[in-house]
Amino acid sequence: MADFGAELDVFRTETREWLEANCPASMRTPMTAEETPWGGAKFKWANPDSKLWLDRMAEKGWTAPMWPKEYGGGGLSAGEARVLEQEMARIKARPPLFSFGVWMLGPVLLEYANEDQKKTHLPKIVRGEIRWCQGYSEPGAGSDLAGLQTRCEDKGDHFLINGQKVWTSYADQADWIFCLVRTDTTKKHEGISFVLFDMSTPGVEARPIKLISGESPFCETFFTDVKVPKDQLVGKLNGGWDIAKRLLQFERQNISAGGFGGAAGLEIEDVALAHVGSDNGRIADGDLRARIAAHKMDAKAFALTVRRVEAEAKSGKGLGPAASILKYAAATLNQHKHELMLEAMGAEGLGWDGEGFDRSNIRETRAWLRSKGNSIEGGTSEINLNVVAKRVLGLMDHQ
Amino acid sequence: MASLNEEQTMLRDAARGWVADKAPVTALRRLRDTGGWKTGYDPAAWKDMAEMGWTGVIVPEAFGGSEFGYRSLGLVLEETGRTLAASPLHATAAAASALLLGGSQAQKETWLTRIAAGEITAALAVDEGPHHHPASVALKAEQTATGYSLTGTKRFVPDAAGADLIVVAARLSGAPGDTAGIRLFLVEKGAAGLAATPLHAIDNRAHADLAFAATPAELLGETGAGWDVLTATLDRAAALLAAEMLGTAHQAFEIIVDYLKTRTQFGQLIGSFQALQHRAAKLFTELELTRSCVDAALDALDAGSKDAPALVSLAKAKANDTLHLASIEMVQMHGGIGMTDAHDAGLYMKRARVAEALYGSSSYHRDRYAKLGGY
Repeated sequence: MADFGAELDVFRTETREWLEANCPASMRTPMTAEETPWGGAKFKWANPDSKLWLDRMAEKGWTAPMWPKEYGGGGLSAGEARVLEQEMARIKARPPLFSFGVWMLGPVLLEYANEDQKKTHLPKIVRGEIRWCQGYSEPGAGSDLAGLQTRCEDKGDHFLINGQKVWTSYADQADWIFCLVRTDTTKKHEGISFVLFDMSTPGVEARPIKLISGESPFCETFFTDVKVPKDQLVGKLNGGWDIAKRLLQFERQNISAGGFGGAAGLEIEDVALAHVGSDNGRIADGDLRARIAAHKMDAKAFALTVRRVEAEAKSGKGLGPAASILKYAAATLNQHKHELMLEAMGAEGLGWDGEGFDRSNIRETRAWLRSKGNSIEGGTSEINLNVVAKRVLGLMDHQ
Repeated sequence: MASLNEEQTMLRDAARGWVADKAPVTALRRLRDTGGWKTGYDPAAWKDMAEMGWTGVIVPEAFGGSEFGYRSLGLVLEETGRTLAASPLHATAAAASALLLGGSQAQKETWLTRIAAGEITAALAVDEGPHHHPASVALKAEQTATGYSLTGTKRFVPDAAGADLIVVAARLSGAPGDTAGIRLFLVEKGAAGLAATPLHAIDNRAHADLAFAATPAELLGETGAGWDVLTATLDRAAALLAAEMLGTAHQAFEIIVDYLKTRTQFGQLIGSFQALQHRAAKLFTELELTRSCVDAALDALDAGSKDAPALVSLAKAKANDTLHLASIEMVQMHGGIGMTDAHDAGLYMKRARVAEALYGSSSYHRDRYAKLGGY
C-alpha cells in the first residue's frame, strides 16, 4: 500500500495507463438515468459497455477500492483510492457500479459479520452479481425506526419472518434484502436483529409504489411465513440496532458526499439566461438572479464543507462535527436547486408528458418532484436536526 | 483544503488564551464607558498584540514579519472576534495588504517594517457613501509640482482617526463608476488639509469620517496601482473580516447553547424544547458551512489562486448571513435578559451589523459572485 510520494506516483501512472486501456469510450460520456449500472441477477444492461466496464473494474476490486482483497476488494490505501478517483474523473469515467451493497451493506458486514458471511456476500457485491435492498422503514415505523414490528421467530432450525416493510428502494428488482426484524417484543431497541435473505424466498412480495413524480423507485414489501436460515443473522440476536445505526451513517454519508444528483449538466444560471433572457449578460430578472446566486453560493459552501470533512477524516481525526450536518444541508440544497430550476424554466418546466415539451425538461420536472423525498428518506431533516442537537450540541431530551 | 500546521495551531492557541485573559467582552465595555470609541483600542492591548507578532503575520520576513500568511492572521482575528476585542489589527492589515500588493520597494521598507514592528497603525479609506461601492470613488487626485494632492471626503473609515498612515483610493481621471481612473495614495498622519472626525458608532469601535483639502499624498508604487490592486486589497480585507465575524458568530452560538442548557421554564431546561433545538442545529449548520468558506478564501489568497475573488465574496456573504442570524438568535433565545444592556447579546448584535456593512453587504457580494460566474 502506498500513501505517499513516489510510490503514489507509480500507482498513478499505472492506474492512468490501465484506465486508458480498459475504460470503454462510451463509459467516458455523461450517463443517462436508464444506463445507471445497478447490476444484479435480474438486471437488463441498456449498454453492453456498462457490463464490460463493470467486469473489468470488479476484476481489480475497484468497485470497492478500499475493501480487503480477500473479499474481492481493491485493497487500496486512502491515498491510492483518492488517486483512482482523480484518474477516473480525469477521463470522465462513469462509476462502474451503483450498489447499496457497496455503499451501505458491505461496510457493516466488514465490521459485524462473521467470516463465512463476509466470504459469501462481499465478493458478489464487488462483482455486482447480487443487488441488495434495504428493509428498514415500516408503515408504523418511519422516523421512529426502532418501533418496527416485523416479527422474526426462532423455529429451531430456521427463523420465520412475518410483517411488512415500506419505502424499500428497488425491492422489485433486488436479489437479496438486508432487513431489520423484531426478535424480542418485550424490548424496543434491544429487541431488533439484522438478517439477510433471498428475495426469491417463498412468502416475499414486493409491490412498487407510484410516486408524485410518476416513477416507482420504492416498494411496499410483504413477508408471509418467510423461512430464513439461522446463519443469515448478522451479529448477535437482538443486537441489530447498533448495526442498523452504523449502516444509516454510511447511508447518510453516501447521500451527502454524492448529493442527490439531479439535472445532468444543466446549470440553473444557463437555464435562466435561456428562458428568462439576458440583460447585458446578466439574468434579466434581477430578483431571480439574486436568488440563483445565493443558491449557487450555498452549493459552493456545501461542496467546500464536504471537502473539509473528507480532509479531516483522512487526517485521522475521524469525522468532525461538520459531518453531522451534511445530510440535512444536502437535502435542503437539492430541493432548493430544483425549485429554482423549475421557476427558471417557466412554462417549459410545467410539462408532464407528450409532444409539447422537451424530453430533458420533462425529466427535470420529474426530478423536481422526486427531490421532495430528499428531506424524508434516510432520516427526515427533522430527525437529522434532532441528531445534531443531541449528539453534537449536547442538548437534552424533553422530560 | 490545507489543515493547520504547527505554527498556526500555536498561533491560534496563543490568541485564544490571550483574548480570554486580556480582552474579554468587559474590555470593550470599559472602552465604551470611558470614551474609548474615539481611539478604538487600549494601547496596552495593542502593545501585547505587536509583541506576540500579530502585526507582522502577513508581512514578508524581509520587512520583519513572520510571513505566515492570511490564513494565519484569520486564525488570530477569529479569536479576537470571539470577544469583540477592539484593535486596529484588521485595519492595519488591510492597509498593509495594499502596500504588499502595490507598494514600491522603498514604501514597503518604510511602512511594512514599522507595521510589522507594531510601531504604527494604518487604515484603508475607500468608501464615500453609505454603501460599499469601490467603483464609485469620487475623491479627487491632482498632480502637483511636488507630487499629488487629494480633495474630497471618505465616510465611515475603520480605525482612521488615529492611524499613522492612510491608504486612500482616489480618482485621477474619469467619472465615478469608471474603474480605470482610480489610483491608490499614501497619506501620513497630520498631513496638511486632512481632518478626521471620530464617529460614535453602535459597535463602539473607532470609525471616522475623513476630509481631504488639497492634502499632499504619495502615489502607491510607481503607478498608483489602480483598480486591480484595490480589488485585491479589498478581497484581503473582506476575507480577514469574515474570519473575525466567524469568531463572533461562533461565540454567540456557544453562549446561546450554554443558556439553553441552564435556563429552566415549565420545569424543563429550555434546551429540551425541539423548536429551540432545531434552531440551534440550523445555526450550527450555517457556522460549519461558513467555516469552510472562510478557510477556503484565506487559503486561496495565500495560494494566489484565481478563484480567490469568488471565494472571498462567498466567505463574506456567508459570514454576513451567519453572524446576522446568530446575533438575532442570541437576543431572541435569551428572551428579556437579551434586551438588557447588562447582557452581551446587544454588543454582539451591534458589532454584527457594522461588520456586515463593511467591505460589502451580502447583496453586494452575491451580485459580485454572479458577475464573476458570468450571469
